[in-house]
Amino acid sequence: MRNAFADELLKIALEDPKVVMLSGDIGNRLFDKFKEQAPERFFNCGVAEANLIGVAAGLAMDGLRPVAYTIVPFITARCLEQIRVDLCYHNLPVTVVGVGGGLSYASLGGTHHACEDLAMLRCLPEMDVYAPADAMEVRGCLRSALSNDSPAYVRIGKKREPVFHKSVPDCRPGGSVQLKPGADAVLLACGNILPVVMEAAERLASQGIEAAVHSAYGVKPLDDALLTRAFRDYPVVATVEEHTLLGGYGSAVAEWLADRPDPAAARARLLRMGTGDSFLHEAGSQAHARRRFGLTPKAIGERVEQALAQSRDAVGA
Amino acid sequence: MIALSHTAGTPHLASALSCLDLLTTAYYSAMRFDPARTDDPARDRLIFSKGHAIPALYAVLHDIGVISDALLADYNRDGAVLAEQPAPFCAPGVEVATGSLGHGLPIGIGMALSGRIRGDDRRVFVLMSDGECNEGSVWEAAMFAPAQKLDRLCVLIDFNKWQATGRSREVMAIDPFVEKWRAFGWSAHEVDGHDPAAISAILENFPDGSGRPIAIVGHTVKGKGVSFMEDDNNWHYKVPDRDAFLRAWSELGQPEEEALALLEAAQPAGAH
Repeated sequence: MRNAFADELLKIALEDPKVVMLSGDIGNRLFDKFKEQAPERFFNCGVAEANLIGVAAGLAMDGLRPVAYTIVPFITARCLEQIRVDLCYHNLPVTVVGVGGGLSYASLGGTHHACEDLAMLRCLPEMDVYAPADAMEVRGCLRSALSNDSPAYVRIGKKREPVFHKSVPDCRPGGSVQLKPGADAVLLACGNILPVVMEAAERLASQGIEAAVHSAYGVKPLDDALLTRAFRDYPVVATVEEHTLLGGYGSAVAEWLADRPDPAAARARLLRMGTGDSFLHEAGSQAHARRRFGLTPKAIGERVEQALAQSRDAVGA
Repeated sequence: MIALSHTAGTPHLASALSCLDLLTTAYYSAMRFDPARTDDPARDRLIFSKGHAIPALYAVLHDIGVISDALLADYNRDGAVLAEQPAPFCAPGVEVATGSLGHGLPIGIGMALSGRIRGDDRRVFVLMSDGECNEGSVWEAAMFAPAQKLDRLCVLIDFNKWQATGRSREVMAIDPFVEKWRAFGWSAHEVDGHDPAAISAILENFPDGSGRPIAIVGHTVKGKGVSFMEDDNNWHYKVPDRDAFLRAWSELGQPEEEALALLEAAQPAGAH
């Protein structure tokens, strides 16, 4: 995803002279072409994220379109107050891009695990939040974020994730894309967990359960139309994300559901899957970390099956 | 400012008094800032980073005709435009909504870089306090600006030797303060922060040809100008009552009728 980000950003920057790239001293060679083709609009701001966000704000106050980029925990939690005051309070068109979303950098340890960012950024006024699922969605979400006048956060994975879209989807704040149809249940995958969710859907299909899969890249705002249909048309709606269940996409959907004026029109069971309220204190790959949090195709499939069985029992009773 | 503090019941008066000479010197003798064209993209910008002392900036902008009498008279009333700490874009000349310390310098760097990208010759001034320099973000920015050779950036530091609850030299080891800025790559100057001629002599040579940003450390007195407030840190939070207001007013050589008229006009506020 990060290569797609760098490539798309350069394309946009060559179309729009207002785009400025600020890096927090990461992406060795990733931005070589940008530095070559728009050197006056590339700044390595060093390992100093509070300053980086302030610089982005100053540029944006002047009508430019900065993109602020480094690893998720450092471009979110580390400088959250700068994001809140400089970007959100002033409602500036700055796009904050975090690389290594969720468990992407599992092997680097808890300092680099990024499972609270959606919660922190989502609660900030004016902020749009995107969690694209593959390289094509990264391109689409970046274009959407840079074409809007409010601050945005785009949480991306790392590199070599499977690509599901043949072309760049037309992304918008609060958007989603259907990846697979299905009438029995609906799986809402948020961000880079999509490949696992697609596999879970295949597993379910092999057992005769046709689950629809949507990539819910719009974390804030939510895709109201998608959720309205999902909770009306399916017995089970499952959210899956590489993020804690406290405040992430699943939480946002639960809040949405709790605020429905007509509970009868939203009868589905909501099933939320994500990381736990704990740190992972052990070495291992992203796949290992996902297993530890129950984010495998098998575990997801089983929970959906179980929920479907329970909802059938409830109807039968 | 004293009237604003008294009538609106807002603190931080001593902090506003200490920075006033630095602020007025910048506005009255250094900055290219046309009150009739406050949105000129190439205007010099001043970021008032020690936002708790913002009445000082309101007063200056009022004095040069950017903030109207009516706007100032409404200061800090419910629903008013001018708040105790400034809201974003609340008035021309209030470039940034400060109030949280350590934000002004990074934003100033962004504005200076923007000037470079756009190819205009603006200069950017950032007014900070010594207490504010406790913030790590100030030193992140202090390292970044010289790396970008931002010679059109100037920090004005109101070195009044106090922060909210203690002597700034004791709370944090800020000394040697001027040398710190120099060591970080700035053209650093030490000056009497209440001597407009000395301050403007430095600003006449800004940019100074060194390729470096400029740091002016102004030695100031907290509560400057009112004998019973000077260097008394209680006035960081204390709000002058009617008696203190009238005493300060008379010390500043202003006619008493004016003070009484101000009190009369402020009655409906009842803010304290």
